[in-house]
Amino acid sequence: MLGGSALISTLVAVLIVVAFVKRDSETRVSPKLWIGGFGLGFTSAVLMALLAYALVLGESTLPTPRDGTVAVAAEGRQWDWRFRQPGVSGEIATEGVLNIPVGVPVDVHITTQDVIHSFWVPQLAGKMDAIPGKTNVLRIEASLPGTYEGRCAEFCGIGHAGNVFRVVAHDADGWAAFQRSEPR
Amino acid sequence: MTTRLTALGRHRALDRIWGTPKGWRGTLQSVNHSDIGKRFILASFFFFAVGGVLAMLIRAQLATPNSAFVGPDIYNQLFTMHGSIMMFLFAIPMFEGLALYLLPKMLGSRDMAFPRLSAYGWWCYLFGGTILLVALALGVAPDGGWFMYPPLSSKPFTPGINSDVWLLGITFVEISAVAAAVEIVVSILKLRAPGMRLDRMPLFAWYLLVTALMMVAGFPPLILGSILLEAERAFDWPFFDPVRGGDPLLWQHLFWLFGHPEVYIIFLPAAGVVSTVLPVMARTQILGYGAIVAAILALGFLSFGLWVHHMFTTGIPHMALGFFSAASALVAIPTGVQIFAWIGTLWGGRPDVRLPMLYLLGFFVVFVLGGLTGVMLAVVPFDWQAHDSYFVVAHLHYVLVGGFIFPMLAGAYYWLPHFTGRARVLRLGEAAFWLIFIGFNLAFFLMHLTGLLGMPRRVYTYPDGIGWTWLNLLSSVGSFVMAFGFALFAIDVALQIFLARRAPRNPWGANTLEWAMATPAPAYNIASQPHVKSREPLVDDSELPVRLARGEGYLATPRNNWRETMAVDMVTGRTDFVAVVPGNTSLPIITAAVTGLFFLSLLFGFYWLALAPLAGVVLLGWRWAWTLGSHEDLGPLDAGRGEALPAHWEAREAPGWVGSLFLLGADATLGASLLFGYAFLWTIAPNWPPPELVAGGWPEASAALLGVALATLAAGRTTVAVLGGKLDKAKRMLLLAGTAQAVVIVALASLVLRHLPDPTIHAYGAACATLVAYAVLHAAIALMMALFVSRRIAAGYVSPARTLEPRVATLFTAFAGAATGLVLLALMLPVMLA
Repeated sequence: MLGGSALISTLVAVLIVVAFVKRDSETRVSPKLWIGGFGLGFTSAVLMALLAYALVLGESTLPTPRDGTVAVAAEGRQWDWRFRQPGVSGEIATEGVLNIPVGVPVDVHITTQDVIHSFWVPQLAGKMDAIPGKTNVLRIEASLPGTYEGRCAEFCGIGHAGNVFRVVAHDADGWAAFQRSEPR
Repeated sequence: MTTRLTALGRHRALDRIWGTPKGWRGTLQSVNHSDIGKRFILASFFFFAVGGVLAMLIRAQLATPNSAFVGPDIYNQLFTMHGSIMMFLFAIPMFEGLALYLLPKMLGSRDMAFPRLSAYGWWCYLFGGTILLVALALGVAPDGGWFMYPPLSSKPFTPGINSDVWLLGITFVEISAVAAAVEIVVSILKLRAPGMRLDRMPLFAWYLLVTALMMVAGFPPLILGSILLEAERAFDWPFFDPVRGGDPLLWQHLFWLFGHPEVYIIFLPAAGVVSTVLPVMARTQILGYGAIVAAILALGFLSFGLWVHHMFTTGIPHMALGFFSAASALVAIPTGVQIFAWIGTLWGGRPDVRLPMLYLLGFFVVFVLGGLTGVMLAVVPFDWQAHDSYFVVAHLHYVLVGGFIFPMLAGAYYWLPHFTGRARVLRLGEAAFWLIFIGFNLAFFLMHLTGLLGMPRRVYTYPDGIGWTWLNLLSSVGSFVMAFGFALFAIDVALQIFLARRAPRNPWGANTLEWAMATPAPAYNIASQPHVKSREPLVDDSELPVRLARGEGYLATPRNNWRETMAVDMVTGRTDFVAVVPGNTSLPIITAAVTGLFFLSLLFGFYWLALAPLAGVVLLGWRWAWTLGSHEDLGPLDAGRGEALPAHWEAREAPGWVGSLFLLGADATLGASLLFGYAFLWTIAPNWPPPELVAGGWPEASAALLGVALATLAAGRTTVAVLGGKLDKAKRMLLLAGTAQAVVIVALASLVLRHLPDPTIHAYGAACATLVAYAVLHAAIALMMALFVSRRIAAGYVSPARTLEPRVATLFTAFAGAATGLVLLALMLPVMLA
């Protein structure tokens, strides 16, 4: 997308510069070429290709039901995040830290206690809003173990800037240990 | 014509009729489109400066990590007001001002269709803007973002006055915008120079026509949203509270249903400037006039189909997102058509880099980049990542600064000689351009990166050491460089206004009619109106300005102290009638002040007290309409060039009639948005309507339905009676119509009080009450109209030839009847299904 944009910008820039530089007055300009060719044809072709790509890519990131996914609940509030998920001996609740396994798709069920927030871990996936009265699902997946910064992406009042959380992606051993932790 | 006037004599006679008195009286009373247009432009530039200062405070805060310059409470007010001011108090009023000033001149006309309405719009804008500025100075400015999403903006989370200031202040200003929109549409369609067919109009007029139509359809959803949110805050009507059957997404739909067209409402007038200035700079004609008109119409249409792309992350099903993603990409096609038509025009001509062209080149660079990032954001998966990050901040500034500010600066330098009659002295404009262009790109290009590095919008500070520090610092430096550029621009303009030497007429060699008059333009614009034979009247006849001044056009001889201008058939441009527009009066400022009192009463929570200014507005409205018209049939009047035409009160398509049609268009959009909200909640919210709240009310509903049917019938008979000369029968019919409306009001009130649920316990009750309020308001206005027309008949203002007022009353009554019918259907549907 970036390359395409650079290419198109350059094309437009060159066309404009040439218009000023060429000094043969009274060029016969053909409306067919400029409006039909460039305006309609070129623009439509680029857009259609991009759109098709976008739809396919978008479809592939959807949380379609499949085996082996992990479900967690994320609840936003002014101004922190709380997470709940099943453990070995009952539900595990955490504040400010979301624990997930590496290499497994995780469906985050996002809700809010008060105003609209948005769940965003830039390195793992796009964002999804937490809207009063609704539950939205976002699929995230970490390919490497480690800690990822997450934050609220929808303006939610005075504490918005500090409304952050961490996602800890565990390897198999760490994940097993976490699941055995005491329910809270 | 009875007497022959010299050019100077004609100027004196016209100036006496059209001129603005000196001193305070003129300031308060002027309704002249040039005066009002210039005021809009100056005031909006002032608000631009205020919004700019807020932006600099924002950049000062973000220049360094963990900055303690302002806290989050102030910061939230800063960015909320920056966005709100730039959108509502700068961009919209700026182009309204340009339209008010330029349109009549470009169309070869003498004034806008409703001069008092322009003045009213101006005062509403000034008073509404002042409310917002005072709130800012007192530190109680809106702080929920310019998009005001509930529940953050609702009472529990914003208990102070902040949100109310936004909802009421902005709605107040929007009245001005809708008034201007209706006026622009009517002026373009009716008040053109004879012979100017639609396809001979300057492109600028096409752009503004579509823009104004979009405003007529686009502003009502936001006005409705603001009313609903204010009702939730003030009276606890839970439209957006999911616990009580509401949905916060309803606000987002209403807001973006306005908010996305808004972007094009801002872009199109600026594109109109490009299409006007660019061919002149290239010494040629625009390439593909027809294709551009088609592109404008397509843009206007498509822009209403992509509001959901602001809501890609709200959990809407992916299929629906695909549709809106496609529409968002599609909208780039008509934009692409225009861009390539402009570049083709440059190829076909011999372009020179004169100052306006320099700014247009800046426009091309910045706007094309903004358009490309826009297409990226239309891609849903990319948007999920970039949404609400600084990438979007960069994108929207590239689009708005590129698509509005740069063309407007080009337009400013292009038309300044017209405003001032002077030429530039120093070459400050070039220096200003480079400061603005370099500063802008430094500030905002880097924000793409900041956004991709994960910096979200609307955070008042950020930690050090995560790679955002130097990008933010450079952005801040760039924004200050840009601010210096704007300061230089302001100095340059001031120098030109006060110091520069006289400029020759038409310094750019343009071919549109605004250059066919003396500069600065006299109050009446042109001494006589031309007959237009092509798109380039000044090319057809280079002597045209002189011949018009000599009185060789239409309406060369003033009469009766009337402000006269020609009206034409909307499509063919054939002469239709002579419009006599009202002169200077204090009514607009008084009405706007009383309207302001109404909003202030609501702002401070004096809801019962608000009824007093409301009654005042009704009385003033009565007075407003009463001062027009004529006591006698005058028949055809001499219009010059051998034509005799009726005055507008004896014409079918009088401006008041056409204006009523489009005003009802806005009204219909408001009603449709309300029905949309009702249907939206019904389908989205669970357990809606709650069965225990659904009650009967058939007797009242039937009585109301019978009432509107009778009123509509009686109103229809009124017009027939007037046309047949039976004025007494018309009065009887009006009495019947008025009585029937009173019955409707009583029946609807009883329906609310006896059957519909309490509006505070569930959104269903709140929605029902709002629907009834909409119907009652219309019945009350229709009743007032019946009373008014009846009094006008008694006072001798109505005859079989002068039918405008009965026809407008009939039209409105029919509309009110249809609206009430739909409201009743919506109300009784749950009862029928129960």
